Amino acid sequence: MTVTQERPAAPAAPPPRRPNRLWALLRNSWRQLTSMRTALVLLFLLAIAAIPGSVFPQRAVNTERVTRYYQAHPQLAPWVERLGGFEVYASPWFASIYLLLFTSLVGCIIPRIADHVRALRQAPPDAPKRLQRLPQFADLGSRTGAPAEVASNVAGMLRRHRFRTRVRESEDGSWTVSAEKGYLKETGNLFFHTALLAVLLGVGFGHWYGWHANRILVGGNDSGFCNTLTQYDDSTLGPRVEPSDLPNFCLRLSDFDATFQSTGQPKSFSATVGVSENNGPYETRKFTVNDPLRLDGANVYLLGHGYAPVLKYTDRYGVSQTKVVPFLPMDAMQTSEGVAQFPDVNIDPKTDKRDSTLQMGFEGVYLPTAPTDGRATSVFPAENNPMLYLSAFRGDLGLDVGTPGSVYSLDQSQITSGDLKKVSGDRPYALKLGDTWTLDDGTKLEFVGTRPFATLSIRHDPTQLLALAGAVVGLIGLMFSLSGRRRRVWFRVSQNADLAGSPGESGGTLLTAGGLPRTDYPGFEAEFKALVKAAEEGTP
Amino acid sequence: MAELSNQLMAAAVLAYLAAMVAYAGEYAFGKRSRIGRAAVRPAKQLVGAGAPASVADDVVPPADDVAPAADVAAADYVAAARRNRGELVGQIAVGINVLAVLLHLGGLVTRGVAADRMPWGNMYEYILSTTFIASAVWLGVVLARPAVRHLGLFATLFLVVMIGAASMIAYTPVGPLVPALHSYWFIIHVSTIIIGSGIFLIGAVPAAMFLIRNGYDEGKRRFPYTLGKHVPEAVSLERLTFRLHAFAFPLFTFGALIAGPIWAEASWGRYWGWDPKEVWAFISWVVYAGYLHARATPSVKRTVATWIALFGFLTMLMNLFGVNLFFEGLHSYANAG
Ligand code: HEM
Repeated sequence: MTVTQERPAAPAAPPPRRPNRLWALLRNSWRQLTSMRTALVLLFLLAIAAIPGSVFPQRAVNTERVTRYYQAHPQLAPWVERLGGFEVYASPWFASIYLLLFTSLVGCIIPRIADHVRALRQAPPDAPKRLQRLPQFADLGSRTGAPAEVASNVAGMLRRHRFRTRVRESEDGSWTVSAEKGYLKETGNLFFHTALLAVLLGVGFGHWYGWHANRILVGGNDSGFCNTLTQYDDSTLGPRVEPSDLPNFCLRLSDFDATFQSTGQPKSFSATVGVSENNGPYETRKFTVNDPLRLDGANVYLLGHGYAPVLKYTDRYGVSQTKVVPFLPMDAMQTSEGVAQFPDVNIDPKTDKRDSTLQMGFEGVYLPTAPTDGRATSVFPAENNPMLYLSAFRGDLGLDVGTPGSVYSLDQSQITSGDLKKVSGDRPYALKLGDTWTLDDGTKLEFVGTRPFATLSIRHDPTQLLALAGAVVGLIGLMFSLSGRRRRVWFRVSQNADLAGSPGESGGTLLTAGGLPRTDYPGFEAEFKALVKAAEEGTP
Repeated sequence: MAELSNQLMAAAVLAYLAAMVAYAGEYAFGKRSRIGRAAVRPAKQLVGAGAPASVADDVVPPADDVAPAADVAAADYVAAARRNRGELVGQIAVGINVLAVLLHLGGLVTRGVAADRMPWGNMYEYILSTTFIASAVWLGVVLARPAVRHLGLFATLFLVVMIGAASMIAYTPVGPLVPALHSYWFIIHVSTIIIGSGIFLIGAVPAAMFLIRNGYDEGKRRFPYTLGKHVPEAVSLERLTFRLHAFAFPLFTFGALIAGPIWAEASWGRYWGWDPKEVWAFISWVVYAGYLHARATPSVKRTVATWIALFGFLTMLMNLFGVNLFFEGLHSYANAG
């Protein structure tokens, strides 16, 4: 800045007054920002800034992996966190790059739109003085018609070739025909860049006004849920969404159908659910992996499935309780891990008081198809030989403390502190379907059966259609922009000086032509020659 | 069928190698072959003809014109014979190249038949399909414009390396698809990306050769600039580079940024989730957008723009190999082995 100001000013331009300096600085910065070079640099930065998001696990994609990263790299993780490495695409530095880019984009396209609209409304400019200087030039020699007639013939020919054409008569009596074609290139380009803005808005508003939640839905009419936040395992509301904005619907899973190849690879999944919208009656609907359940104000996606063993515990007083507990699949063969907790058992009917040393917990794995060799990994994802391997724990489950724990494993700190003791042998106890396990204190656990469960993602994004529309319009614009070629052609019709005064006679009129490709266009020469030939034939 | 597919792919690699040797043979004849002479004709001559004509127009008269007559001096006779031999070797190279592409196609088709689906259900098949597109586009270019034949050495070398890498790193036995891939969007999304990527990939060959030829024209005589001696003229290489990229860009945009998100919305409930594969597709897209931008910016040199295209090529490689090997993501079919 200072360097340019210390240079002697050009005599014609008086040194700018003080208030203008700030203005000039602003204007210069704006010009810089909206230059194509800046756009290029910002595009480059955007590409580089996106890389860490594939290197580090992203919280928005998978929180568990972030936790695992913390465990694996305890030194590095806090630094990655501080620099926004786990939330790259929501980080301030990522945002500042794309916001600058889009500011640059707005600053760039608004004047271009104005220019282009003007160009579309104006006639193609008049011919340059010397057509010979243009990249393409042809001298068609003398023609028989009067200049006005020749000009109008040529103009007609050009219009038939879809050129925008303008005929002008100049003072010396000669005529020019100006023609231009390929406006669609710039139109397409402007549509493309504007559409990028629409995509950005669609994505941004979707983030503000959308919400999503996850839930495991176990089969059976007694395990349904309604769409409120408390019913979800986890949920994220956009900044502009209130819990009361959630649409009103209830879901229950009546059937889950999974088919597999003989290798165990899944072939198809489909969930049959009962849906009640706005407190209406339950209707049966079916949906699959690529075909979500589309409800009013939310879509329900099928992400996965698993099994929930049904366990019946009979306590010292003969009271039984049944729980359906989803076990989370650990591998492709659905070896699943889970825990059944019975905090309200072994309550003495006389005192009616809970004994926190007599709560029961069972932890272990479920195998839909257990191998014959006794290994604790499933060999097929469907239930051909279901088997539960469980360990029993008695004592304080630690559920009363109020810190929400995982529902898929026992509270380890209770086990370490000795408040929760393992009461089964070193090896987990194996239960086949229908088996009953009698524990050391005479209480019993029965493996009653299993129910399927579906992992659901429930989402609403009000502006995803805007983003899609933007992308489609952008693509169409892009194709016009990349394939379009802007070019100008001029014809000059002049009186032959030698025969002035006798127009109409042979040799009375001279015709020359020039062409200018305004964009890189290797085939222009051929097109120009064809036009010249057409003009030659059209004007004897 | 699966076994046949593997054998056809092995045969295809051998055929690419044979084509490469033949291309190298013609290359070695240098400017004694007619393509070679077209390639090394001084650039001035072309520029003088106004806007540089397309490469196809630059081909010098057919070889028959230089057929030896009975009375030519012995030296001329030898020169002409060598010229013809160079020409012949070049045509043989293209012939073998056609064969290689057919074998490659056969390998893909049998693979698809064996799996009873489109042959792009895992990383190995995906790379085979992408390189097939790259190869078919290259063949199309060389058939339409014989003058670029000297690029054949580099194009086939590139294909051999890519297919070899796919077989060594990513080979996967034939298997069915996971349910998430049972969708017609699977066909639309993956096929358009494969076509786009294939063209981008092969576009890197003229891009690299343009930089080399340009360096050679500027008087650089170190390796690799010495390779630029016999390749086509810099302007036409640059234009070919642009044509290929400009054609691939909308296809890739559609496949990765429209069809992909539509399918992801239906399948995973979000149209864009910054999964590692998505991240790298985005990066490639932005870099190639940068290339088109740079090329359209008058103040940016063509060499700089072309470097950006090559950078885009590196991001494509990252998406083809790196992402599958280094990161875990939702794009399960991308798993190696
Ligand atoms: C948001 C990021 C942007 C992307 C992804 C993008 C992408 C593109 C692409 C792919 C092209 C090639 C199409 C063609 O050649 O016709 C292009 C052309 C163009 N862009 Fe952008 N652009 C962006 C931002 C900008 C900005 C900020 C400016 C203004 C400074 C700008 C100005 C232009 C111009 C003038 C062309 C036309 C070049 C020509 O063909 O003559 N773009 N852009």
